[in-house]
Amino acid sequence: MGMTMTQKILAAHCGKQSVKAGEIIMADVDLALGNDITAPVAINEFNKTGCKKVFDKNKITFVLDHFTPNKDIKSAEQCKQTRDFAQQMGIVNFFDVGEMGIEHALLPEKGLVVAGDLVIGADSHTCTYGALGAFSTGIGSTDLAAAMATGKIWLKVPPAIRFNLTGQLPPHVYGKDLILQIIGMIGVDGALYKSMEFSGDGIATISISDRLCIANMAIETGAKNGIFPVDQKTLDFIKQHSSRQPVVYQADDNAEYEQVINIDLSQVKQTVAFPHLQENTRTFDDIPEIKIDQVVIGSCTNGRLEDLQVAAEIMQGKKVAKGVRVIIIPATQKIYLEAIERGLIRTFIEAGCVVSTPTCGPCLGGHMGILAQGERCIATTNRNFVGRMGHTDSEVYLASPAVAAASALAGKIVAAV
Amino acid sequence: MKLQGTVFKYGDNVDTDVIIPARYLNTPNHQELASHCLEDLDATFTKRVKPGDIIAAGSNFGCGSSREHAPIAIKASGISAVVAKSFARIFYRNAINIGLPIVECDAQIDEGDQIEIDFDNGKLYNITKNQSWDFVPFPDFLQNIIAAGGLLNSIDGGKE
Repeated sequence: MGMTMTQKILAAHCGKQSVKAGEIIMADVDLALGNDITAPVAINEFNKTGCKKVFDKNKITFVLDHFTPNKDIKSAEQCKQTRDFAQQMGIVNFFDVGEMGIEHALLPEKGLVVAGDLVIGADSHTCTYGALGAFSTGIGSTDLAAAMATGKIWLKVPPAIRFNLTGQLPPHVYGKDLILQIIGMIGVDGALYKSMEFSGDGIATISISDRLCIANMAIETGAKNGIFPVDQKTLDFIKQHSSRQPVVYQADDNAEYEQVINIDLSQVKQTVAFPHLQENTRTFDDIPEIKIDQVVIGSCTNGRLEDLQVAAEIMQGKKVAKGVRVIIIPATQKIYLEAIERGLIRTFIEAGCVVSTPTCGPCLGGHMGILAQGERCIATTNRNFVGRMGHTDSEVYLASPAVAAASALAGKIVAAV
Repeated sequence: MKLQGTVFKYGDNVDTDVIIPARYLNTPNHQELASHCLEDLDATFTKRVKPGDIIAAGSNFGCGSSREHAPIAIKASGISAVVAKSFARIFYRNAINIGLPIVECDAQIDEGDQIEIDFDNGKLYNITKNQSWDFVPFPDFLQNIIAAGGLLNSIDGGKE
């Protein structure tokens, strides 16, 4: 029986000719990631093992991005602990305030992941790097501690759902709309424990930025990972950012999929996920008037240059609606600088937005834009559970940067035209 | 291993943000996390929970974030096990890794029921309702981790 792309990468990393769904393997880790919230727990557990050094100081990375620049004393202590440990262990890829960006935007930019890698991260959106043809999945702090000590992780080989994409997304419709539509279609546990394997000639029409967005939200279907095949776009991106050689794996023609879902990209519509679950999606033929108090454009899902470009083009020369707070968060320093070069930051500020240094901030209700009781936010982030961005009696609507920008101008949720 | 306890019952999609809101993730301290467990879903939980109690829930328990603080908060609050129709995968492995016993079983359980879980034989017995259900026991690999009290206890430590 053939293997899926994911299964091939897993087999290669545990020294086996083949693996099958359901099997438990012990895999070699190419990169292990932690942030300012998850690293402290991992460090405490690592220290309990009595290990004096990490398995490979080049294969661990810490990015201080969630509650930074430090939002309070406790967060500062967590960053200090991570910083001290990184220094003690000689961690090469340690990103502190000034260099850091939102981790899942930063790592591709820094060329730390290439196709064929096995990446684990103590952050659920680690699945993002599947866009680059890597196996990449979120895990917890104890797994990270064990990986830091041994360079290995136990994994159960997942079965797969194949998403066969054809055609091309229409104007003003983006990767975010596609993944929201998929979550709405299969539900928040529709791909539970499975790998989402994207395929089809529609892939060539999807930018790397949009692939990163789509793979980023694979976790929201319960999937173990999301993965894109490697094509010229992927290879060009990797070559531009990394000096490491990619390893290209392709699914066998006779790989088994539990389900095949065919999607005609030309039929995808602008989609909004309503509170309080990402599967609660609607398109604009079914969205009533919903006034908003806040807009957030940023996050590991949609904080890249292409996202800011789309939002700025919509806001160019216009003003945000009175009473709406619009928070723009470029995902990395490099993106921020490029956005300045292109005049996007000026456009945002002149429109009445505020622009933040890179941080996860409001996405998880940390800082930089928390909601009060009864407030509503439309955001390019990835979760809208109860209390996600603030008060339990606040609401988060998820959308693309285009819809978020159009809504910022209108003061209510509207389509981008 | 066998456990018996009184049930706290919740529904589907109990996510990690309601298990332990992000505003409390600025500490890894177990007791502090426990004091805010399930705060945004059931404000009475931390007042009512007693050591040995069991959580029973619907599908996709623990969905959302990878925050290990979620099973830590649950375990440190005194909960001895979580039974759910299904678990989100990161929560599932985090619970095993920290030694919080979990069971995937579609049993009929209500708030306040007394239940007994036999992990070795894969049997869940609802004492209050006098009904029992089978579940698939974990493979040996995972049972060893839970029995050792967590992942790091079960691997060789002290590597130089």
